[in-house]
Parts: sequence; C-alpha cells; structure tokens
Amino acid sequence: MTIFKKTLVAGSLLLASLGTAHADGCGIEKGTVSILANDFPALHAVVGGAEACAGGGVEFSKNHNKDHKDIMVAALTSDPSEYTTVIVANSTLVTLMNDGLVRPIDDLVEKHGGSLAKNQLITVDGKVMAVAFMANAQHLFYRSDILEAAGVEVPKTYDDVLAAAKAIKDKGLMDYPYIGTFKSGWNLGEEFVNMYMGTGADMFKAGSAELDINNDNGVKTLEMLKSLTEYMNPDYLTFDSNAVQAEWEAGNAALSNLWGSRAGAVLDDEGSTEEIVAGTAFASAPMLGDTPATTLWWDGFAIAANTSDEDAEATFIAMMNGVTTEMANANPDEAVWLIDGYTPGAKAVGVAASAQAGAKPYPMLPYIGALHTAAGAEIVEFLQGSEDAATALADMEAAYNAAAKEAGFLE
Amino acid sequence: MPHRAFFWFILPSALAMLLFIALPIVSVILQSVHIEHPKVMSEVETCGPFNCTTEMRVDAEATAELRQAQPLGKYIGLETYLNRNHLAFEVVKTQWQEREGFFSFIRGLYNLPFYKALAFTLTYTFVVTPLVIVLGFSIAVAVNAIPRIMRGSVIFVSLLPMIVTPLIGSLVLFWMVDANGVIGSAIQHIFNDPNLSLKASPFLTWIMLLVYGVWHSAPFAFVVFYAGLQTVPQDTLESAMIDGASRWERIRYVVLPHLAPLVTFVALIQLMDNFRVFEPVVGFNASASATSLSWIIYNDLFGQQQLFGSAAATSMLTILGVCILLMPVLVRTWRQYKVVH
Repeated sequence: MTIFKKTLVAGSLLLASLGTAHADGCGIEKGTVSILANDFPALHAVVGGAEACAGGGVEFSKNHNKDHKDIMVAALTSDPSEYTTVIVANSTLVTLMNDGLVRPIDDLVEKHGGSLAKNQLITVDGKVMAVAFMANAQHLFYRSDILEAAGVEVPKTYDDVLAAAKAIKDKGLMDYPYIGTFKSGWNLGEEFVNMYMGTGADMFKAGSAELDINNDNGVKTLEMLKSLTEYMNPDYLTFDSNAVQAEWEAGNAALSNLWGSRAGAVLDDEGSTEEIVAGTAFASAPMLGDTPATTLWWDGFAIAANTSDEDAEATFIAMMNGVTTEMANANPDEAVWLIDGYTPGAKAVGVAASAQAGAKPYPMLPYIGALHTAAGAEIVEFLQGSEDAATALADMEAAYNAAAKEAGFLE
Repeated sequence: MPHRAFFWFILPSALAMLLFIALPIVSVILQSVHIEHPKVMSEVETCGPFNCTTEMRVDAEATAELRQAQPLGKYIGLETYLNRNHLAFEVVKTQWQEREGFFSFIRGLYNLPFYKALAFTLTYTFVVTPLVIVLGFSIAVAVNAIPRIMRGSVIFVSLLPMIVTPLIGSLVLFWMVDANGVIGSAIQHIFNDPNLSLKASPFLTWIMLLVYGVWHSAPFAFVVFYAGLQTVPQDTLESAMIDGASRWERIRYVVLPHLAPLVTFVALIQLMDNFRVFEPVVGFNASASATSLSWIIYNDLFGQQQLFGSAAATSMLTILGVCILLMPVLVRTWRQYKVVH
C-alpha cells in the first residue's frame, strides 16, 4: 500500500500551481454544473468549493441527498441527464457503469487535471471513469482507558477482540463491550463482506458471477460474527452507524469496527463527555486471518454520459475547484483525503493503518450488490440462533442466485 | 337513472381508474414476467486509489443493444413468481417430502423470504383488525357516555395516534421502547430483568408491532363508530330502557345491529390497510424479525441491486392476497344487494 501512504504523506508541491490555475471564477465562462451527492460534511466541503464557480454564465445547482443512491440511475438515464456529475463510491460507480451512464474523462484529466495524483484516478480498462478524493473504511475504535483498566492490549485480531471483550465484561467494566453496525440489511451485509475479506479468500469463482462463499471461509466468517454478538447489546440487529455512534458517545461500548468517517464526529466536543473522547483511539481493523477484516472505500466524482461536452468540461473544472489541497487542509477532520498535499490528522490513523496492513478495497464487481443484499437478509436467523451456519450460507447462495439470475448476471 | 345518463355520469371516474389503476397494473404484470437480459461481461483491469486488479465488468454498449432489441427484457413467464425468493414451490415440495414433522416443515417454510413476510403480514392483519374494531367501538361508547363539555378534548386526544404520520409514530415509539427509553426501562423494572429488550427477540418484536398497529388504527374505528352512535334512534333506546334492558343489553340488541354496516366498512378498510403493513417495519428497524409483503417490494426496489421483476411479482401476489381477503365481505355485500334489488 505504498501508493496510499505516499498520498497521505506527500508534500504540497502543487499547492502554488493550483492557486493560479483557478484564480478568477475558476476559469469557466459558461455551462451547467449540477451535482448529486450524499449528505455529509466532507462532501459539503467539496461541493462548496465547486460552488465558487457559480455566477456569470455558469448555472450551478446541487442536491445533497442521503438517498442519492436510489435516484442516481433514473436521474442520469434521462437525456440530457438531470445532473452533470454524481459523487460516487466504489459500489455506486459500478451501478452507473453497468448502464453506461458515466463517461470516460481521460481528455478532461489531461487538460484540467494537472493537480491530480495518479492514484486518484479510477481507471477501468485503461479509461479514467472517476476521480477519487477521499478514502473511508471501517476500522477499530477502542477506549484506551477501559482496555487499560481491563489489563488488555489493543486487539490486533478478532480473537484478541473477543478476549478483550471478555476481560472487560468479566471485570464488570461494561455489560456489552463490543458494538457494531449490525442492522439487518445493508449494514449487516457490509459486516459480512468485511469479515469475509478478513479470510483473504475471494467471494466469487474467478471470472464468473458464481458465488463461492458456501465453504469453510464462510462458516468461519459467520462464527466470528456470532461470537461478537455475545458481547453486544441484544438490540444489535437494529444498530446502524448513527446508533453505534450514539452508544459510543454515551460510553456504552469499548470496542467497535466503525466507519472512519465517524471518527471526527466521535471526537468533536458534542454528544459525549471529555473522559470518553479522551479515551477513544483508533487502530487498523482487526484481522480474521492474515488480512484486516474490512474493505477500503473511496468517494469521488464521475461525469454523466448524457450531457454535452461543454457542460462536462465546465463540471470537471468546477469539481477540480472543489477538491483542492486548501479545501482538504481546511477540513482535515472531515475525511481521509486522497488529495496531494494533505497532512492527515489523528483521526485518519485507522483508515491509513488498515490500508497499510493490507486491507482490500470493496470489490467493484457488477453483481456485488446482489450478494450484499442477500447477506444482509439471510444471516439474521443464524445470528438469532434459529439456524446453523451451513443453512445460512445455503440460504444466502439461493437468494443470491435468484437475484443474480433476474439481473442477468447468471444464466 | 337511465343507462345513458349513468354512462356519462360514470365516464370521468372510469377513465381516471383506467388510466391510474388498470394501466399501471397491466404494466406491473408485464414487468413481472420479464427479467433483465443476460449481461455481456468481460474481465478488464481496474485501478483505484488502493490497487489494480482484474475484475469482471459489464459491457454497457453490448448490453444496451440487447435491451434496444427487446426493451421489456427477457420473457420468462411465471418463473419469477415460482423462484426461491417468491412462491418457491419446488423448495416447498422438497421440504415437504423431507420433513421430520409438521413443525420442522413450518420452520423450513418460514426460512423462505416470501413465506416469512406472509406469516407476519397475515398475523398482523388478523390480530390487529378485530382488536381495532373492538377497541374503537369501546372508545366510541365510552366517549359517547361522558359529559358533552369534555367530549371535544377527549376526541382530539383519542385521534392523536392516527394524526401522527405512521413512520414518525413508529419512530417515536421505537425510541420509547428502547432499553434507555421510558417504556423500555419501565418494562425492565416491572419484570425485574435488566436485559429484557423488546427489540431483541422476534417474538417480542412481533408483539410490539401488533400493539403499535392497534394503537395507530383504533382512532379510525373510533371516529367511524362514534359518528354512527349519533344516529342510533333514541326512541328505540328509550323503549328498550322502559322494557328494563340493561346498558349491556341495549348495546347488544339495539346499538350493535344498528352499526353492523359500519363494522363491515371498518373491517374492509382495516383488512386492506393492515395487509399492506409497511411503515412500522421500517420505523421499528424490525426487518430482522418481521418483514411484510410491502416491505419485500420496497427492499427489492431500493436494495443495492434493483429487482423490478421481483418487486412486480410480489406486488401481483399482494393484490391477489387482498382480493382473497376481501372475498367473503364482497360476496356478502353482493348478496345483500341482490336481495334489495
């Protein structure tokens, strides 16, 4: 993961050139820039930078929407598309590419993307399809004060996590030392994918959409998820990131594998006590086998296919104005920026450490969504104790096969 | 009314119904018998911030060509209806042949997503509907008996559960039954069990949703019955009193027969409403323990992989379910109509 490391520690050589390139009105005279994005502070910062290009002949509009995933396909299918750019992640770029809704942007990168680092470019089959600007991953959040009181080290593997949780519980420090985003559906599916990644094995047979999880690795994954639930609040199947953050800030848990993008919110001076904030620290996601049991995510922007070349160019320039080094360094705690010249703060440690320990990116496979959905629904009964791991895996495979067939991935 | 006048009278609404109800249903039927074309895929090199790998990729152009040739997708008949995520007859057949007892068969059935949802949907419908009618009627009788001056405010308070948007109402209750919430910690205190959680076990989740359903819908029944109570003939009531009928006997022999058509009406509306139960499953984050048919449709449309055929098939099955449910009531209404005419 040297590329990643380089980005995070690289100097701010390009800072000066950036400043001049986008000096007045960011160099666009006319065009339409309309942005569809998720709704969290890091993206507000990026879109805010792009918004500076508004005015004159430039028509600017933005839509920060938590449900952007659900509307983006329809919005980009129309011709001309409703938005000229969408802020995407690993999983959503695939969805758009499946239908050919985003365009290759090699020419724009060459013309206007001089400040981009090579690893910011998402290339598929040799063509640049998106520009990434931030990284995210679920990684270990721990309470150093509680671990110390329990007399345990910072866990490196999930077996360590179980041992630490047991020590904390046995000492009577907490009833439910572990917490995770186990809400059935997307969150639980993500926990499964993360944990399975920890085994180091692939989830699909090479070169096909055929699932390959109904094996020892699958059983190992499920058994570990179930062992964790023994140290979790019994309501765990209703916990999403918001609930986990609230429980953490209330001091009800000491160990969690939570999204890096929550680190800033946990450490800020809202919603918690000084003791809890001071005790909270981050580390790489724990290993299951030899790999951290997590997936690396990136957020970036892609340009709509069904839009004119002029608007595409205007949009690209405006977005470049949003992903500057100044923006990154002005918002160091909102995200782990992939932008050159950004100096990562204390809150970025977990994501960086996970990447360095060899965590894999979330697979950009066209059919991964079907697996994710099947996992989030079918392992619930196993966790509740009403079926065994083999049945859960068989169910998951059957649910996946039916969905993948309907979507045209399997014959 | 002469037939001609009736025709012109009904035409606008018939047209609207054709446009907004019949045509969409036809489109849903069409979608449910098609699936997406096989995706043309190839392995290409993908590079991101973290590494480069060789991954499968959909050839969007080639797939779009297929779609252009046949925009509806690939015709597969009733296969979606019969696959594992819906009626799953083949799986059910094997389970029946290999069953180790009736109970294990039911458990196997419950393991299939459609039957799991159907089980909760039917339970919800058949528990909530009668309870709503009984409770709504009781509240109406009680409110009717209190002094006139207090009625306005009592009616307003009784209507609150219905005024609150279902999603918001269930969210409010969701946090109240949380272990840290008012109701949740009170229940823990009453049963003296600090680990008791209504959200943790499927059984308690079901109870919680059923209670919510009654709480939410009872005001509707109450309003209808309260309005009906105002039309009960006072002469009959008074003569019953002179005959020495007790309060209960007056309700049983005068009020109830008078309100019978309203009971049918409320039952009809409630059966339909409860069969498409959805919001509480989302509001209570209950999908781990209880899913409903409407929730499955939602999940197919808003999952990471949108499945329009699946959603369409479940929708058709839901419509079929509503028809079956309403059949007895409709047959009875038809018979009464024939007697009158």
